[in-house]
Amino acid sequence: MKLRILQSVVGLLLLAQASMASAVLNIEIIGAGEHQIPVAIVPFGGDSKLAQSINEVVTGDLQRSGLFRLVDPTGKSPHEPAEVSYPDWQVRGAEALAIGTVAAQTNGRIEARFRLLDVVKQTELIGQAVSSSENQTRAIGHRIADLIYEKLTGDKGVFSTRIAYVNRQGQKFRLIVADSDGYNEQVVLSHNEPIMSPAWSPDGSHLAYVSFETGHAAVYVQSLYTNQRTVLANFRGSNSAPAWSPDGKQLAIVLTRDGSSQIYLIRPDGSGIRRITFSGAIDTEPNFSPDGQYLLFTSDRGGSAQIYRMSVDGGPEQRITFGEGSNFSPRHSPDGKSFVFAHLINGKFHVAIQDFQSGQITIVTEGGWEKKPSFAPNGKLILFASEARGRGILATVSSDGRVKQLMFTQSGDAREPMWGSNF
Amino acid sequence: MKKLVISIVLVNLLAACASKPVETAPPTAPKGEEHKVEATTGGATTGGATEATAAAPAQTEVDPLNDPASILAKRSVYYPFDVAAVQDADKPVVQAHAKYLSEHSNRKVRLEGNCDERGSNEYNLGLGQRRADGVKKMLELGNASANQLESVSYGEEKPRASGHDEASWSQNRRTDLIYAK
Repeated sequence: MKLRILQSVVGLLLLAQASMASAVLNIEIIGAGEHQIPVAIVPFGGDSKLAQSINEVVTGDLQRSGLFRLVDPTGKSPHEPAEVSYPDWQVRGAEALAIGTVAAQTNGRIEARFRLLDVVKQTELIGQAVSSSENQTRAIGHRIADLIYEKLTGDKGVFSTRIAYVNRQGQKFRLIVADSDGYNEQVVLSHNEPIMSPAWSPDGSHLAYVSFETGHAAVYVQSLYTNQRTVLANFRGSNSAPAWSPDGKQLAIVLTRDGSSQIYLIRPDGSGIRRITFSGAIDTEPNFSPDGQYLLFTSDRGGSAQIYRMSVDGGPEQRITFGEGSNFSPRHSPDGKSFVFAHLINGKFHVAIQDFQSGQITIVTEGGWEKKPSFAPNGKLILFASEARGRGILATVSSDGRVKQLMFTQSGDAREPMWGSNF
Repeated sequence: MKKLVISIVLVNLLAACASKPVETAPPTAPKGEEHKVEATTGGATTGGATEATAAAPAQTEVDPLNDPASILAKRSVYYPFDVAAVQDADKPVVQAHAKYLSEHSNRKVRLEGNCDERGSNEYNLGLGQRRADGVKKMLELGNASANQLESVSYGEEKPRASGHDEASWSQNRRTDLIYAK
């Protein structure tokens, strides 16, 4: 058996940890997956000595996905394979069992050694060690949850990924990046003018966004490692809707410097600007296809706001949403086979998915103020802005619409969420 | 145990230094709240203007902009849903401001387009810009000079009223004319 030591997660998150480990969130889960895998997670030996329980993070992640039924481990606490009595877990209906230990190392890091066991076949599925600095134990939990999720579902887990959103509290706007569960907030930008449209660079190192701090909408690019930022576009009128190409070598943005909102391409250093739509209508919210060849965008050139598609080289622009209502904010799925968007009909916004090939639309939420959807990097979950109890909140829904979770941040309104595109 | 606690604190401190968020200077543009006054004494609403500057020395001749009975006291025009053209009812207001600007070439006005929340934030930014640009064009047709005019959009980011109903939305679909001091 090979115990691999992973220290990967942590460099990126050092920065993130800083602002506060505290953002108290209340997460509500609604619904459940069609087939839930019964899995038992035994609290790791040593877990109770940690300031942040790893067990709590792992079980929370798996539960929120809606794809697992957590089998109660009460009364049994094996930490090594030799201590496992498989019949105990078969009786409880578990198909998989996670056990392990966690301890502080002499260098001050925390290391968890865990195994995932197949209860039916009585074999080991995973044996791995995951370590982090002491204040990053949530990252260990997310990493372990990702490994369990991938082994048992066949899809990559997204518990270690990051999201960005804007928090509005009275006149105060804050641009925030956080773990996918909303914890581990890092404040990227804070001032008293609106902030909109955060867009992750493909490698997760930079955010492009719209800030009104100079009195009008301008586009900025900021490093999440150094916090250094540059002005990408600050022409007269409005500069907005940044979207990165998958290779990170250019962005699509929307400018009104030549009239109405039109789409332009620009390099991340602000050079090479080139206009690619010429409609005279509002053309906005560009989003690159995963192969970098096409753009989806919102346009009202046909009278109401609808989704259009065009070649990045400026090819023919084709309307792809029809029917009643209007449609906004298109985002490709990671496999490029479908796109998610905000569907406005009868005064309600819904999250909807359209398949490119069949044209079929699936509405995955019941409707309300549900805006700005974006896929998780594995395509299995969609993050969007919603509203509950009079507050703007973050919410996710599984792409089959079965499991929804509402994430209540500490205070103020959460707006403009965007899931990072890299694992 | 004590050692452990100390090192955690150190790490937190280091991390805190590493990621100080960008705090920008107070914006130079006025806040939405300050725009809400429809009839003001002097249009002293730009550039972080304070009460003190608003009460700046009175001019010897009476500026019609300061006359609360004047049509110029109206500083907002309103729109139906998803429409950017100035409505007939508001055209006299815009035309009066055009005339005033053409006769006061030292005056500058900022046009701020706003929308209700029914649309994506980005779509509404475009719609608000189109509203502000429409007013700008009408002012130019009325002989205001381009260098007196600036048009911007706040989309749905600065609603005047926050309800999810037409009573709120109708107030939020507007272009504000904000005179610079």
